[in-house]
Amino acid sequence: MASIAHTGSLPRAAEFRTCPDTGLRVDLAAEKLIRWNAVVAVVFLAIGGLFGLLVALTRWPAVHLLPAEWFYLALTAHGADVLLFWVIFFEIAILYFASAILLNCRLATPRMAWLGFWLMLAGALLANVAVLQGESSVMFTSYVPMQAAPHFYLGLILFAVGALVAVAVFFGTLVIAKDEGTYEGSVPLVTFGAIAAAVIAVFTITSGAIILIPTFLWSIGLISHIDPVMYKVVWWGMGHSSQQINVSAHVAVWYAIAAMVLGAKPLSEKVSRFAFLMYILFLQIAAAHHLLVEPGISSEWKIFNTSYALYLAVLGSLIHGLSVPGAIEAAQRRRGYTKGVFEWLRKAPWGNPAFSGMFLSLVMFGFLGGISGVVLGSEQINLLMHNTMYVPGHFHGTVVAGTTLAFMAITYLVVPLIFRREIMFKKLAQWQPYVFGLGVGGISLFMMGAGTLGVSRRHWDITFSDAPVAFDYPGTAFLMMGLNGVFGVLSALGGLMYIVVVVGSVFFGERRTEEKAKAEPLLPQGGAAAVASYGSEGTLKLPGTITLVAIFFVAFVLYYFVNWKFLSEVWPLS
Amino acid sequence: MAIHPPEKRIWWNEPLEKSEVTWITIAFIWGLVMFFTMVFWHFTGEQNLSNEAYRIHPETFAERTEAMVDQYTVREEGETGLPVVRPPPGSDVYMLARLWEWWPILELEEGKDYRLHLSSMDWQHGFSLQPENINIQIHPGYELVLTLTPEGVGEYGVVCNEYCGIGHHQMVGKIHVVAAE
Repeated sequence: MASIAHTGSLPRAAEFRTCPDTGLRVDLAAEKLIRWNAVVAVVFLAIGGLFGLLVALTRWPAVHLLPAEWFYLALTAHGADVLLFWVIFFEIAILYFASAILLNCRLATPRMAWLGFWLMLAGALLANVAVLQGESSVMFTSYVPMQAAPHFYLGLILFAVGALVAVAVFFGTLVIAKDEGTYEGSVPLVTFGAIAAAVIAVFTITSGAIILIPTFLWSIGLISHIDPVMYKVVWWGMGHSSQQINVSAHVAVWYAIAAMVLGAKPLSEKVSRFAFLMYILFLQIAAAHHLLVEPGISSEWKIFNTSYALYLAVLGSLIHGLSVPGAIEAAQRRRGYTKGVFEWLRKAPWGNPAFSGMFLSLVMFGFLGGISGVVLGSEQINLLMHNTMYVPGHFHGTVVAGTTLAFMAITYLVVPLIFRREIMFKKLAQWQPYVFGLGVGGISLFMMGAGTLGVSRRHWDITFSDAPVAFDYPGTAFLMMGLNGVFGVLSALGGLMYIVVVVGSVFFGERRTEEKAKAEPLLPQGGAAAVASYGSEGTLKLPGTITLVAIFFVAFVLYYFVNWKFLSEVWPLS
Repeated sequence: MAIHPPEKRIWWNEPLEKSEVTWITIAFIWGLVMFFTMVFWHFTGEQNLSNEAYRIHPETFAERTEAMVDQYTVREEGETGLPVVRPPPGSDVYMLARLWEWWPILELEEGKDYRLHLSSMDWQHGFSLQPENINIQIHPGYELVLTLTPEGVGEYGVVCNEYCGIGHHQMVGKIHVVAAE
């Protein structure tokens, strides 16, 4: 990576400004890249979110908005735009923030970073064009032998290459920071989390390239056959493992927000970093989650891989599940909220959208996305859930309630710090995480409910009105899909509020001048140090967090075994 | 604020607190429990997906399916024109997936074992047996063989739950379960 960092010429003479809020040196080239990646991310969130609304309104049985052809087109576009383009563009912004900004360092080769940016943008646009032309409604997963237009695959390949370039710039920046001694000792925890995300990104994006390049060649007739099981094994090396980029990135964002809003420091740097290390070592093998009811793959392989090798990556998440709220509780108790078990939580800054968004993301990721993911990923239980609505129910709990909400939350800090604009429409911003959170929580829950009742995902008409053979799902399944539609509209509203606040603030918000920053500091005393330097809180007594973790654990264990009970009631098969 | 200058410290040398060690231990043990539950179920549970699978040409699979249909068709399903096939208990039973139908319709006896063969003629499909809610992925070129024991007399739907193009939502099959003779 070092060679990449130093290509071009001698170290460039970077221009810096000093951030009035944090005292950090900010490389202007890095700042510009962060802005552009974040802006493009939000544009894709808006496009993908709109497609998501159309999907939700079509699957609402009483509305059934789109015709079949348009529904599958919208569903393909929704998946690609939000799951790939929104999330990864935003993650690149986070990587540049966690390297250049937090390490007080210049960004390695901004020119390469711009190359990565334009490649990603060109790829994302090309894939969107292919989908909108209507010949590539193959779903985001594009399972062979169903074939999309060649430029659909080409767009994804360009996007992947661009993202790899950006990740290389990130690693190059780390090397420069170390070389130039812009920090001492270990990197800050947020940067460490970003490193975990970037290492995983290299693996997953490479997996994507490895399978999409031959698939592209197949689509233009140069390769005659792609094995469909092999395709899934490698494709999900990208498709699922890239969700672990998201997990690492949004956990890093949780720590960052807790630090910047409350001055919270991790309880123990060792424990939190160990948890990130578990992600790097074990999250990669999650391709198995999509192969549990596939022919031609042995149970031994399935069990080992689906459990991330004895659930060691889940262990990482369970650790963060204690250490993130624990860090918040410790910081709040340090600030004097020491009464009872939960005063620290009651008196938390619930009116600050950065905090409320982060906390909702934490809770919903654990209770909705996390628990359901482990249950869904149990080899035999997957028989009950594979390709039902349970699957999107699970990942809307992780990627939307977890990742997207966390990214939205940190935007409320990024806009004043990096765009140097005040947040406009403060009331709207305050409500936004709650509206979006409630909407997405509902989507996740009701989709899982529908899935438990057998409703198929990716399906235009669950009444089967023009099928030669009739079948009726139970009435409650229709109720679940209707509620999913209602909460889908609510999430879309929350998404719209976010777009209005962000676009308004970035383009029309009051400039955050140095005087303004001094008069109304964004970060509390010690907030900048907490996010940008190394240091543990040292564990205090944390009765609130321990209570929360105990509730979570009991819910987890009960729900897990309830599903084995459900499984034991279906037809025997072997 | 830490007592020591924080920037000098290296993370893996830090001490561990007792409450954290406790939680890590509980979480690790829970992971082991979940891992071994899956292993355990292979020995004691009745619902395990078979590991028996073969590569097969779609034409070969279609021929075998047609042979079964020719031999064991008992009637047609309503006005659909689809054959209802009632092979003897314990025998090899075929159901093929293609754009956009499950073929043929099966009639099976309750409580009897059948060796069910599943494969696709074209794209991937999803065998979703409802309302039991058993879901299995079907690939072209792969034949999955599993032993199935129907329980509960009645009509069961086979929905396709892997997206397979514009007619995906029309792809519904059926299994009749009847009382054993």
